[in-house]
Amino acid sequence: MSELTAPTPTAERQASLWSDAFRTMRKRPDVIIASLVLLFVFAMAAFPSLFTDQDPTVCFGRDAKQRPGTWFTGEHPLGTDAFGCDFAATLVHGTRPTIALALSVIVASVVVGLILGILAGYYGGWLDTLISRALDVFIVIPMLMGAVLILSLFRGRVSTDTLAETIAVPFLALSLFGWMEFCRYTRAATLETKNLDYVVAAKCLGASDRRIMFKHILPNAIVPVTAVVPTTIGGIIVTEAALAVLGIGVQPPATSWGVLLSKGTEWAGGGYVYLFAWPLGLLILTVFAFATFGDALRDALDPKLR
Amino acid sequence: MNAELGQADRGVDPVLEAKDLVKHFPIQRGVVVKRTVGHVQAVDGVDLKLYPGKTLGVVGESGCGKSTLAKLLVGLESPTSGSIKLQGKEIGNLSNRRMRPFRRDIQLVFQDPYTSLNPRLTVGDIVGEPFEIHPEVVPRAKRAGEVKELLDMVGLSPDHVNRYPHQFSGGQRQRIGIARALALRPQVLVCDEPVSALDVSIQGQVINLLERLQNELGLAYVFIAHDLSVVRHIADEVAVMYLGKVVEQGTGPEIYDHPRHPYTQALLSAVPVPDPDLRGQRDEIVLQGDVPSPIDPPSGCRFRTRCWKATDHCAEEVPSLDVGDNGTHPTACFYAEERDVTHAVK
Repeated sequence: MSELTAPTPTAERQASLWSDAFRTMRKRPDVIIASLVLLFVFAMAAFPSLFTDQDPTVCFGRDAKQRPGTWFTGEHPLGTDAFGCDFAATLVHGTRPTIALALSVIVASVVVGLILGILAGYYGGWLDTLISRALDVFIVIPMLMGAVLILSLFRGRVSTDTLAETIAVPFLALSLFGWMEFCRYTRAATLETKNLDYVVAAKCLGASDRRIMFKHILPNAIVPVTAVVPTTIGGIIVTEAALAVLGIGVQPPATSWGVLLSKGTEWAGGGYVYLFAWPLGLLILTVFAFATFGDALRDALDPKLR
Repeated sequence: MNAELGQADRGVDPVLEAKDLVKHFPIQRGVVVKRTVGHVQAVDGVDLKLYPGKTLGVVGESGCGKSTLAKLLVGLESPTSGSIKLQGKEIGNLSNRRMRPFRRDIQLVFQDPYTSLNPRLTVGDIVGEPFEIHPEVVPRAKRAGEVKELLDMVGLSPDHVNRYPHQFSGGQRQRIGIARALALRPQVLVCDEPVSALDVSIQGQVINLLERLQNELGLAYVFIAHDLSVVRHIADEVAVMYLGKVVEQGTGPEIYDHPRHPYTQALLSAVPVPDPDLRGQRDEIVLQGDVPSPIDPPSGCRFRTRCWKATDHCAEEVPSLDVGDNGTHPTACFYAEERDVTHAVK
């Protein structure tokens, strides 16, 4: 019975999938750079006053369209826009709606997708048929087109007084067409897991369906879902920008990167390229950071690559 | 049908009793409107009695319905017909909710220790889960101590509660599975090929553990396996299954030394001879053909398509277990006759 005298643990490392993934990612330079970019963007969204001391709503017509002569210094470090507002302040304050919208859409999509996916996969039968067919319908409508349709309904009827009111309608439209991927991943993982022996063991012990779903199936389903979350956030930011350029996303006078891009296009041709280039650069950088992070996360969570 | 064999146990009520147990899985076709086009007759009329503290071995080849039988007994599948009585109470037709209190008395040990433990839970969580599902068994404050005691009981260090399954070997994982099954102090443990996935040396340890636990806790086992020597070692009684039916039932010596059913004889004769000098010296029976499909089993005796004794009578009438019982032990064959297939002679 030599097996019984288990060796004293040499390395008492509580290796789990998540800590291993974290360890792997920590060593990659591209992940570090992407994390720094994301940290910077999130900081701008959370504490805009750290980055600019000017109020983007205080504008003077006489200051309009000042090119940033002296870079990063002076009264208007990035110049002013067509209405004489400080552009740096506008840009920094436009970050919050963009990030808040992207995060709330991703949270709603993941929650809805997880719940529907796990219900469809676990119970099967008519519930699965219902959810899967709904999924098919939503998948054939591209996110952008669906969002355009919904937003066109609300165009010009929304107030922009508070952050919540600003992003409410785009949030609804984007969430409605964003949950399908998560639902599919969750359903597949649920189908895979629900017949495993440890789930049968839990059933044999008399565990309730809810317990089996949340304790045994969900932790497995959440891995493939997590891996696509950062990439999807990048996608949502781009879609928001596209909607704003079409004039139906976040509505001016509220600002988001999309709104700034939209306004910037009007003046870029007239020599004011910075009004267009700054939001675009910020947008590309952020999306790129999310994509890099998501890619690395997917690799790190894939057991076949380790 | 008389399958009471444990002579010493007459007068004691069986702890688990199955009568004419049938499980047919419907085969359905069609996308929207499902229609049943046939049935897989996985288990078809099985009777068994298990007495407290005893072990009933169930042997048979793959696909003969052993695992379905195990799932029926622990209430994971509901039988198509027939009854299952646990300590005299019918559990075969209970709903999931009403089955719950009975689950404390009958538990399952799985074949594959690599899939039967949730890789994301610690050993403490896995072994302690039964207490969370049945909170009335042990008060919350005493659960951690109880888990450590269980680990100690199956021969693992109680310090391992915070480790994850992947940090253990196959044998240790199987011990964790056994500890989980024992947590609610069941009367009956259904072991579905509990050692098939383990190395031979580890098999011995796990078998010994099961025997020790049986002595200490007075457990009754239904021990399902396809390894005849393992079953011989642990079982008091053995039932041989073929295509969903029990074809022969008896004590270890009755089955292994005096097999009477042609299928049992063929099964035993397929066991390899360890001594190379005696190889080929034994009466070997090589069966022709494959096991028929359980969707469309042969009429009469299910073994007749591969049996060298089969006659027209076998195709017309289903042999009951009494038919071949000439005062020895139940055998479902019209032409039951003892034949020595296990002893090789020079």
